[in-house]
Amino acid sequence: MIPDISSILFSGAIGLLVIGVGGLLLSNNAYRVLLALVIAEAGANLMLVIAGYRWDAIAPILTGDFTPQPMVDPVPQAMVLTAIVIGVGVQALALTLIIRVKKAYGTLNMVEIKKRMEMDFDRLSQEANQPGKLEDNS
Amino acid sequence: MIEAFVLILVIIMLAAALSALLLDNLIAATASASAVSIALATIFIILRAPDVAMTEAVVGTGLSSLILVLGLKRLKLWQLDTQSDNEEVK
Amino acid sequence: MYQFASFVFLLGFLFLISVITGFLPLGEPPMLVGQVIQNNAASETGASNFVTSVVLGYRGIDTLGELSILFAAATAGSLVLSGLKQKSIESGDAGFLVKSASELFFPLLIVVGLYIVLHGHLTPGGGFQGGVILAAAFFLPLLAKPSKSINSLALGLIEGLSGAAFIIIGLIALFNEGAFLKPFFENGELGSLISSGTLPLLYIAVGLKVGAELASLLNLLNQEEVNDS
Repeated sequence: MIPDISSILFSGAIGLLVIGVGGLLLSNNAYRVLLALVIAEAGANLMLVIAGYRWDAIAPILTGDFTPQPMVDPVPQAMVLTAIVIGVGVQALALTLIIRVKKAYGTLNMVEIKKRMEMDFDRLSQEANQPGKLEDNS
Repeated sequence: MIEAFVLILVIIMLAAALSALLLDNLIAATASASAVSIALATIFIILRAPDVAMTEAVVGTGLSSLILVLGLKRLKLWQLDTQSDNEEVK
Repeated sequence: MYQFASFVFLLGFLFLISVITGFLPLGEPPMLVGQVIQNNAASETGASNFVTSVVLGYRGIDTLGELSILFAAATAGSLVLSGLKQKSIESGDAGFLVKSASELFFPLLIVVGLYIVLHGHLTPGGGFQGGVILAAAFFLPLLAKPSKSINSLALGLIEGLSGAAFIIIGLIALFNEGAFLKPFFENGELGSLISSGTLPLLYIAVGLKVGAELASLLNLLNQEEVNDS
Protein backbone atom coordinates (compact mmCIF):
# COMPACT_ATOMS: atom_id res chain seq x y z
CA MET A 1 0.00 0.00 0.00
CA ILE A 2 2.10 2.86 -1.23
CA PRO A 3 0.33 6.17 -1.87
CA ASP A 4 0.48 8.11 -5.09
CA ILE A 5 3.83 9.70 -5.97
CA SER A 6 2.37 13.20 -6.25
CA SER A 7 0.91 13.05 -2.74
CA ILE A 8 4.25 11.79 -1.38
CA LEU A 9 6.18 14.64 -2.98
CA PHE A 10 3.68 17.30 -1.95
CA SER A 11 3.57 15.99 1.61
CA GLY A 12 7.36 16.16 1.71
CA ALA A 13 7.40 19.80 0.60
CA ILE A 14 4.53 20.76 2.92
CA GLY A 15 6.18 18.93 5.80
CA LEU A 16 9.47 20.75 5.30
CA LEU A 17 7.71 24.13 5.10
CA VAL A 18 5.60 23.52 8.21
CA ILE A 19 8.51 22.13 10.22
CA GLY A 20 10.65 25.11 9.21
CA VAL A 21 8.01 27.72 10.03
CA GLY A 22 7.23 25.94 13.30
CA GLY A 23 10.88 26.03 14.24
CA LEU A 24 11.04 29.73 13.38
CA LEU A 25 8.11 30.41 15.70
CA LEU A 26 8.78 28.04 18.57
CA SER A 27 12.52 27.67 19.03
CA ASN A 28 14.19 29.66 21.73
CA ASN A 29 17.78 29.58 20.55
CA ALA A 30 18.96 32.00 17.87
CA TYR A 31 21.13 29.37 16.18
CA ARG A 32 18.19 26.98 15.96
CA VAL A 33 16.10 29.72 14.36
CA LEU A 34 18.75 29.85 11.64
CA LEU A 35 18.53 26.07 11.15
CA ALA A 36 14.74 26.36 10.88
CA LEU A 37 15.19 29.06 8.22
CA VAL A 38 17.43 26.68 6.22
CA ILE A 39 14.79 23.93 6.40
CA ALA A 40 11.95 26.24 5.37
CA GLU A 41 14.01 27.41 2.38
CA ALA A 42 14.55 23.81 1.32
CA GLY A 43 10.81 23.19 1.45
CA ALA A 44 10.05 26.24 -0.69
CA ASN A 45 12.64 25.15 -3.27
CA LEU A 46 11.16 21.65 -3.44
CA MET A 47 7.68 23.12 -3.93
CA LEU A 48 8.89 25.23 -6.88
CA VAL A 49 10.61 22.32 -8.59
CA ILE A 50 7.56 20.07 -8.16
CA ALA A 51 5.43 22.76 -9.80
CA GLY A 52 7.42 22.42 -13.03
CA TYR A 53 7.53 18.63 -13.18
CA ARG A 54 5.97 16.66 -16.06
CA TRP A 55 5.34 13.00 -16.55
CA ASP A 56 7.16 11.31 -19.45
CA ALA A 57 9.58 14.14 -19.99
CA ILE A 58 13.37 14.34 -19.95
CA ALA A 59 15.63 16.75 -18.10
CA PRO A 60 15.93 20.11 -19.91
CA ILE A 61 19.23 19.27 -21.62
CA LEU A 62 19.59 18.31 -25.26
CA THR A 63 21.74 15.23 -25.66
CA GLY A 64 22.49 12.65 -28.32
CA ASP A 65 21.38 13.76 -31.76
CA PHE A 66 19.58 16.85 -30.39
CA THR A 67 16.10 15.84 -31.45
CA PRO A 68 13.46 17.80 -29.54
CA GLN A 69 11.58 15.78 -26.94
CA PRO A 70 9.08 16.78 -24.26
CA MET A 71 11.01 18.32 -21.41
CA VAL A 72 10.54 19.41 -17.82
CA ASP A 73 9.84 23.13 -17.44
CA PRO A 74 13.25 24.87 -17.19
CA VAL A 75 12.01 28.19 -15.76
CA PRO A 76 11.29 27.09 -12.15
CA GLN A 77 14.60 25.21 -12.13
CA ALA A 78 16.49 28.36 -13.07
CA MET A 79 14.70 30.30 -10.35
CA VAL A 80 15.48 27.65 -7.74
CA LEU A 81 19.12 27.65 -8.86
CA THR A 82 19.45 31.32 -7.96
CA ALA A 83 17.34 30.93 -4.80
CA ILE A 84 19.68 28.30 -3.36
CA VAL A 85 22.76 30.48 -3.82
CA ILE A 86 20.98 33.52 -2.36
CA GLY A 87 19.96 31.33 0.58
CA VAL A 88 23.59 30.68 1.44
CA GLY A 89 24.35 34.41 1.39
CA VAL A 90 21.42 35.08 3.71
CA GLN A 91 22.59 32.30 6.04
CA ALA A 92 26.07 33.77 6.28
CA LEU A 93 24.66 37.24 6.98
CA ALA A 94 22.36 35.88 9.69
CA LEU A 95 25.26 34.00 11.22
CA THR A 96 27.37 37.17 11.44
CA LEU A 97 24.44 38.93 13.14
CA ILE A 98 24.12 36.06 15.63
CA ILE A 99 27.85 36.25 16.36
CA ARG A 100 27.55 39.99 16.99
CA VAL A 101 24.53 39.56 19.28
CA LYS A 102 26.31 36.81 21.22
CA LYS A 103 29.27 39.12 21.65
CA ALA A 104 27.07 41.99 22.86
CA TYR A 105 24.69 40.16 25.20
CA GLY A 106 26.53 36.94 25.97
CA THR A 107 23.54 34.70 25.35
CA LEU A 108 21.58 33.16 22.50
CA ASN A 109 18.27 32.88 24.33
CA MET A 110 15.73 34.85 22.29
CA VAL A 111 13.56 35.90 25.27
CA GLU A 112 16.59 37.14 27.17
CA ILE A 113 17.94 39.01 24.14
CA LYS A 114 14.58 40.67 23.55
CA LYS A 115 14.32 41.78 27.18
CA ARG A 116 17.83 43.23 27.23
CA MET A 117 17.29 44.96 23.87
CA GLU A 118 14.10 46.64 25.09
CA MET A 119 15.93 47.82 28.20
CA ASP A 120 18.65 49.27 26.01
CA PHE A 121 16.14 51.01 23.75
CA ASP A 122 14.37 52.51 26.75
CA ARG A 123 17.64 53.77 28.15
CA LEU A 124 18.64 55.31 24.82
CA SER A 125 15.29 57.02 24.32
CA GLN A 126 15.38 58.44 27.86
CA GLU A 127 18.84 59.80 27.25
CA ALA A 128 17.67 61.33 23.99
CA ASN A 129 14.64 62.96 25.66
CA GLN A 130 16.59 64.62 28.43
CA PRO A 131 16.89 68.35 27.68
CA GLY A 132 20.27 69.86 27.25
CA LYS A 133 22.17 66.62 26.81
CA LEU A 134 21.71 66.19 23.09
CA GLU A 135 20.89 68.73 20.43
CA ASP A 136 17.26 68.92 19.36
CA ASN A 137 17.20 67.67 15.81
CA SER A 138 13.49 68.05 15.11
CA MET B 1 9.01 0.92 -7.31
CA ILE B 2 9.98 4.56 -7.66
CA GLU B 3 7.16 5.44 -5.28
CA ALA B 4 8.71 3.33 -2.51
CA PHE B 5 12.10 4.96 -3.08
CA VAL B 6 10.62 8.47 -2.97
CA LEU B 7 8.61 7.55 0.13
CA ILE B 8 11.74 6.40 1.96
CA LEU B 9 13.59 9.56 0.92
CA VAL B 10 10.76 11.82 2.07
CA ILE B 11 10.57 10.01 5.41
CA ILE B 12 14.34 10.38 5.90
CA MET B 13 14.11 14.06 4.95
CA LEU B 14 11.28 14.87 7.34
CA ALA B 15 12.88 12.91 10.17
CA ALA B 16 16.16 14.77 9.66
CA ALA B 17 14.30 18.10 9.59
CA LEU B 18 12.52 17.29 12.85
CA SER B 19 15.71 16.13 14.53
CA ALA B 20 17.49 19.32 13.43
CA LEU B 21 15.02 21.22 15.56
CA LEU B 22 14.69 18.80 18.46
CA LEU B 23 18.19 17.46 19.16
CA ASP B 24 19.93 19.01 22.13
CA ASN B 25 23.38 18.78 20.62
CA LEU B 26 23.87 21.62 18.15
CA ILE B 27 26.56 19.76 16.18
CA ALA B 28 24.12 16.90 15.59
CA ALA B 29 21.43 19.42 14.65
CA THR B 30 23.72 20.96 12.02
CA ALA B 31 24.53 17.52 10.63
CA SER B 32 20.79 16.77 10.41
CA ALA B 33 20.20 19.98 8.48
CA SER B 34 22.82 18.82 6.00
CA ALA B 35 21.15 15.39 5.78
CA VAL B 36 17.95 17.19 4.71
CA SER B 37 19.95 18.66 1.82
CA ILE B 38 21.31 15.28 0.74
CA ALA B 39 17.84 13.70 0.62
CA LEU B 40 16.51 16.78 -1.16
CA ALA B 41 19.25 16.58 -3.82
CA THR B 42 18.31 12.95 -4.51
CA ILE B 43 14.65 13.93 -4.86
CA PHE B 44 15.67 16.66 -7.33
CA ILE B 45 17.42 14.05 -9.46
CA ILE B 46 14.24 11.95 -9.50
CA LEU B 47 12.29 15.07 -10.49
CA ARG B 48 14.65 15.46 -13.51
CA ALA B 49 16.32 18.65 -12.36
CA PRO B 50 20.04 17.79 -12.52
CA ASP B 51 21.18 21.41 -12.32
CA VAL B 52 19.22 22.04 -9.16
CA ALA B 53 20.32 18.72 -7.69
CA MET B 54 23.96 19.59 -8.29
CA THR B 55 23.54 23.03 -6.73
CA GLU B 56 21.73 21.61 -3.73
CA ALA B 57 24.40 18.94 -3.24
CA VAL B 58 27.30 21.37 -3.53
CA VAL B 59 25.79 24.37 -1.78
CA GLY B 60 23.32 22.91 0.70
CA THR B 61 25.34 19.91 1.78
CA GLY B 62 28.83 21.30 1.50
CA LEU B 63 29.07 25.04 1.78
CA SER B 64 26.09 25.73 3.99
CA SER B 65 27.18 23.12 6.52
CA LEU B 66 30.71 24.51 6.41
CA ILE B 67 29.42 28.03 7.13
CA LEU B 68 27.17 26.79 9.94
CA VAL B 69 29.97 24.77 11.50
CA LEU B 70 32.40 27.68 11.37
CA GLY B 71 29.78 29.86 13.03
CA LEU B 72 29.21 27.20 15.68
CA LYS B 73 32.93 27.15 16.45
CA ARG B 74 32.97 30.90 16.64
CA LEU B 75 29.98 31.00 18.97
CA LYS B 76 31.94 28.65 21.27
CA LEU B 77 29.13 26.09 21.07
CA TRP B 78 31.32 23.38 19.55
CA GLN B 79 30.97 20.88 22.36
CA LEU B 80 30.14 17.22 22.08
CA ASP B 81 28.60 16.98 25.51
CA THR B 82 25.52 19.07 26.15
CA GLN B 83 24.51 17.66 29.50
CA SER B 84 27.28 19.21 31.50
CA ASP B 85 27.30 22.97 31.51
CA ASN B 86 25.20 24.91 29.03
CA GLU B 87 21.64 25.39 30.14
CA GLU B 88 21.09 28.38 27.91
CA VAL B 89 21.64 26.48 24.68
CA LYS B 90 18.35 24.60 25.00
CA MET C 1 -0.12 31.67 25.32
CA TYR C 2 2.45 32.48 22.67
CA GLN C 3 3.02 28.79 22.03
CA PHE C 4 -0.69 28.11 21.73
CA ALA C 5 -1.04 30.94 19.21
CA SER C 6 1.92 29.55 17.28
CA PHE C 7 0.33 26.12 17.10
CA VAL C 8 -2.92 27.60 15.83
CA PHE C 9 -1.01 29.57 13.21
CA LEU C 10 0.87 26.44 12.14
CA LEU C 11 -2.36 24.48 11.74
CA GLY C 12 -3.81 27.27 9.62
CA PHE C 13 -0.63 27.43 7.55
CA LEU C 14 -0.70 23.66 6.98
CA PHE C 15 -4.34 23.83 5.89
CA LEU C 16 -3.67 26.77 3.55
CA ILE C 17 -0.72 25.12 1.78
CA SER C 18 -2.52 21.79 1.53
CA VAL C 19 -5.52 23.43 -0.12
CA ILE C 20 -3.34 25.38 -2.54
CA THR C 21 -1.34 22.30 -3.54
CA GLY C 22 -4.54 20.28 -3.80
CA PHE C 23 -5.53 22.43 -6.78
CA LEU C 24 -2.11 22.23 -8.46
CA PRO C 25 -2.00 19.75 -11.32
CA LEU C 26 1.15 17.72 -10.80
CA GLY C 27 2.76 16.30 -13.87
CA GLU C 28 1.08 18.40 -16.52
CA PRO C 29 1.78 22.06 -15.84
CA PRO C 30 0.46 24.56 -18.39
CA MET C 31 4.07 25.60 -19.31
CA LEU C 32 3.21 28.64 -21.42
CA VAL C 33 6.66 30.17 -21.05
CA GLY C 34 8.49 26.88 -20.83
CA GLN C 35 7.04 25.59 -24.08
CA VAL C 36 8.19 28.68 -26.00
CA ILE C 37 11.64 28.40 -24.47
CA GLN C 38 11.89 24.73 -25.41
CA ASN C 39 10.93 25.45 -28.98
CA ASN C 40 13.25 28.41 -29.46
CA ALA C 41 16.16 28.15 -27.02
CA ALA C 42 18.37 25.83 -29.04
CA SER C 43 18.26 28.05 -32.13
CA GLU C 44 18.30 31.39 -30.31
CA THR C 45 21.06 30.89 -27.75
CA GLY C 46 22.79 27.76 -28.99
CA ALA C 47 23.10 26.23 -25.52
CA SER C 48 22.05 22.63 -25.16
CA ASN C 49 21.40 23.08 -21.42
CA PHE C 50 18.15 25.01 -21.34
CA VAL C 51 18.49 25.97 -17.69
CA THR C 52 21.65 27.84 -18.61
CA SER C 53 19.92 29.64 -21.43
CA VAL C 54 17.16 30.69 -19.03
CA VAL C 55 19.57 31.76 -16.27
CA LEU C 56 21.91 33.79 -18.47
CA GLY C 57 19.93 34.51 -21.62
CA TYR C 58 16.24 34.98 -20.97
CA ARG C 59 16.56 36.00 -17.32
CA GLY C 60 20.04 37.53 -17.29
CA ILE C 61 19.03 40.59 -15.30
CA ASP C 62 17.71 38.24 -12.63
CA THR C 63 21.19 36.72 -12.33
CA LEU C 64 22.72 40.18 -12.11
CA GLY C 65 20.33 41.00 -9.26
CA GLU C 66 21.25 37.75 -7.55
CA LEU C 67 24.96 38.55 -7.79
CA SER C 68 24.31 41.95 -6.26
CA ILE C 69 22.34 40.36 -3.41
CA LEU C 70 25.26 38.04 -2.73
CA PHE C 71 27.64 41.00 -2.83
CA ALA C 72 25.42 42.94 -0.41
CA ALA C 73 25.28 39.97 1.97
CA ALA C 74 29.06 39.54 1.99
CA THR C 75 29.63 43.27 2.46
CA ALA C 76 27.08 43.50 5.26
CA GLY C 77 28.60 40.45 6.94
CA SER C 78 32.07 41.93 7.00
CA LEU C 79 30.58 45.26 8.14
CA VAL C 80 28.76 43.62 11.06
CA LEU C 81 31.86 41.77 12.18
CA SER C 82 34.22 44.69 11.63
CA GLY C 83 33.40 46.15 15.06
CA LEU C 84 34.98 43.15 16.76
CA LYS C 85 38.68 42.87 17.21
CA GLN C 86 39.55 39.63 15.52
CA LYS C 87 42.58 37.63 14.56
CA SER C 88 43.38 34.37 12.90
CA ILE C 89 43.00 31.23 14.96
CA GLU C 90 46.26 30.47 16.68
CA SER C 91 45.80 26.79 17.27
CA GLY C 92 48.36 24.46 15.74
CA ASP C 93 48.18 22.68 12.42
CA ALA C 94 45.66 19.95 11.79
CA GLY C 95 46.63 16.30 11.78
CA PHE C 96 48.46 14.37 9.09
CA LEU C 97 45.29 13.16 7.35
CA VAL C 98 43.78 16.60 6.85
CA LYS C 99 47.06 18.11 5.72
CA SER C 100 47.88 15.47 3.12
CA ALA C 101 44.26 15.35 1.95
CA SER C 102 44.23 19.10 1.43
CA GLU C 103 47.42 18.92 -0.63
CA LEU C 104 45.99 16.03 -2.65
CA PHE C 105 42.57 17.52 -3.28
CA PHE C 106 43.54 21.14 -3.97
CA PRO C 107 44.51 20.66 -7.67
CA LEU C 108 41.73 18.13 -8.22
CA LEU C 109 39.08 20.48 -6.87
CA ILE C 110 40.35 23.36 -8.99
CA VAL C 111 40.24 21.25 -12.16
CA VAL C 112 36.76 19.94 -11.35
CA GLY C 113 35.50 23.44 -10.55
CA LEU C 114 36.86 24.91 -13.79
CA TYR C 115 35.44 21.98 -15.77
CA ILE C 116 32.00 22.53 -14.31
CA VAL C 117 32.16 26.27 -14.98
CA LEU C 118 33.33 25.84 -18.58
CA HIS C 119 30.79 23.14 -19.48
CA GLY C 120 27.86 25.00 -17.99
CA HIS C 121 26.12 25.40 -21.35
CA LEU C 122 26.44 21.72 -22.28
CA THR C 123 25.99 19.65 -19.13
CA PRO C 124 24.40 20.18 -15.72
CA GLY C 125 26.45 22.64 -13.76
CA GLY C 126 27.69 26.12 -14.38
CA GLY C 127 29.01 29.19 -12.68
CA PHE C 128 27.30 28.80 -9.34
CA GLN C 129 28.23 25.19 -8.67
CA GLY C 130 31.74 25.54 -10.06
CA GLY C 131 32.27 28.76 -8.13
CA VAL C 132 31.31 27.05 -4.88
CA ILE C 133 33.75 24.21 -5.63
CA LEU C 134 36.51 26.77 -6.33
CA ALA C 135 35.77 28.50 -3.01
CA ALA C 136 35.96 25.15 -1.23
CA ALA C 137 39.29 24.42 -2.95
CA PHE C 138 40.79 27.66 -1.69
CA PHE C 139 39.39 27.06 1.78
CA LEU C 140 40.96 23.60 2.14
CA PRO C 141 44.49 24.86 2.98
CA LEU C 142 42.93 26.95 5.74
CA LEU C 143 41.49 23.81 7.31
CA ALA C 144 44.95 22.26 7.32
CA LYS C 145 46.73 25.36 8.64
CA PRO C 146 44.20 27.44 10.60
CA SER C 147 46.72 30.14 11.39
CA LYS C 148 46.95 31.29 7.78
CA SER C 149 44.37 33.43 6.04
CA ILE C 150 43.53 34.15 2.42
CA ASN C 151 44.69 37.41 0.89
CA SER C 152 41.47 39.40 1.04
CA LEU C 153 42.77 42.12 -1.29
CA ALA C 154 43.25 39.61 -4.11
CA LEU C 155 39.81 38.15 -3.44
CA GLY C 156 38.22 41.59 -3.61
CA LEU C 157 40.08 42.34 -6.83
CA ILE C 158 38.94 39.09 -8.51
CA GLU C 159 35.38 39.67 -7.35
CA GLY C 160 35.22 43.26 -8.52
CA LEU C 161 36.79 42.54 -11.90
CA SER C 162 34.52 39.60 -12.64
CA GLY C 163 31.45 41.54 -11.59
CA ALA C 164 32.53 44.39 -13.84
CA ALA C 165 33.12 41.93 -16.69
CA PHE C 166 29.53 40.66 -16.38
CA ILE C 167 28.15 44.20 -16.60
CA ILE C 168 30.53 45.19 -19.43
CA ILE C 169 29.46 42.21 -21.54
CA GLY C 170 25.87 43.27 -20.91
CA LEU C 171 26.61 46.86 -21.93
CA ILE C 172 28.38 45.77 -25.13
CA ALA C 173 25.28 43.76 -25.97
CA LEU C 174 23.16 46.83 -25.20
CA PHE C 175 25.05 49.03 -27.65
CA ASN C 176 25.52 46.44 -30.41
CA GLU C 177 22.35 44.39 -30.25
CA GLY C 178 19.92 46.76 -28.58
CA ALA C 179 19.17 44.77 -25.42
CA PHE C 180 21.03 44.43 -22.15
CA LEU C 181 22.77 41.05 -21.76
CA LYS C 182 21.51 39.81 -25.13
CA PRO C 183 23.85 37.05 -26.29
CA PHE C 184 25.96 38.13 -29.23
CA PHE C 185 28.72 36.34 -31.22
CA GLU C 186 27.78 33.38 -33.34
CA ASN C 187 25.94 30.46 -31.84
CA GLY C 188 28.33 27.93 -33.28
CA GLU C 189 27.67 24.23 -33.50
CA LEU C 190 25.16 22.90 -30.97
CA GLY C 191 26.90 20.82 -28.36
CA SER C 192 30.52 21.85 -28.93
CA LEU C 193 32.57 23.51 -26.21
CA ILE C 194 32.98 26.85 -27.95
CA SER C 195 29.40 27.65 -28.83
CA SER C 196 26.35 29.58 -27.71
CA GLY C 197 27.87 33.04 -28.01
CA THR C 198 28.65 34.89 -24.83
CA LEU C 199 27.01 32.49 -22.37
CA PRO C 200 30.26 30.69 -21.41
CA LEU C 201 31.99 34.05 -20.85
CA LEU C 202 29.16 35.18 -18.60
CA TYR C 203 29.30 31.91 -16.69
CA ILE C 204 33.06 32.26 -16.18
CA ALA C 205 32.47 35.73 -14.71
CA VAL C 206 29.69 34.37 -12.48
CA GLY C 207 31.87 31.48 -11.34
CA LEU C 208 34.84 33.68 -10.42
CA LYS C 209 32.60 36.15 -8.63
CA VAL C 210 30.70 33.55 -6.62
CA GLY C 211 33.92 31.74 -5.76
CA ALA C 212 35.71 34.86 -4.55
CA GLU C 213 32.64 36.05 -2.65
CA LEU C 214 32.11 32.79 -0.78
CA ALA C 215 35.83 32.33 -0.11
CA SER C 216 35.93 35.76 1.51
CA LEU C 217 32.85 34.89 3.58
CA LEU C 218 34.47 31.65 4.77
CA ASN C 219 37.68 33.52 5.50
CA LEU C 220 35.70 36.04 7.54
CA LEU C 221 33.98 33.39 9.62
CA ASN C 222 37.24 31.53 10.22
CA GLN C 223 38.69 34.31 12.41
CA GLU C 224 38.31 34.35 16.15
CA GLU C 225 37.75 37.20 18.56
CA VAL C 226 40.41 38.72 20.76
CA ASN C 227 39.48 38.42 24.40
CA ASP C 228 40.46 41.80 25.76
CA SER C 229 38.40 41.60 28.94
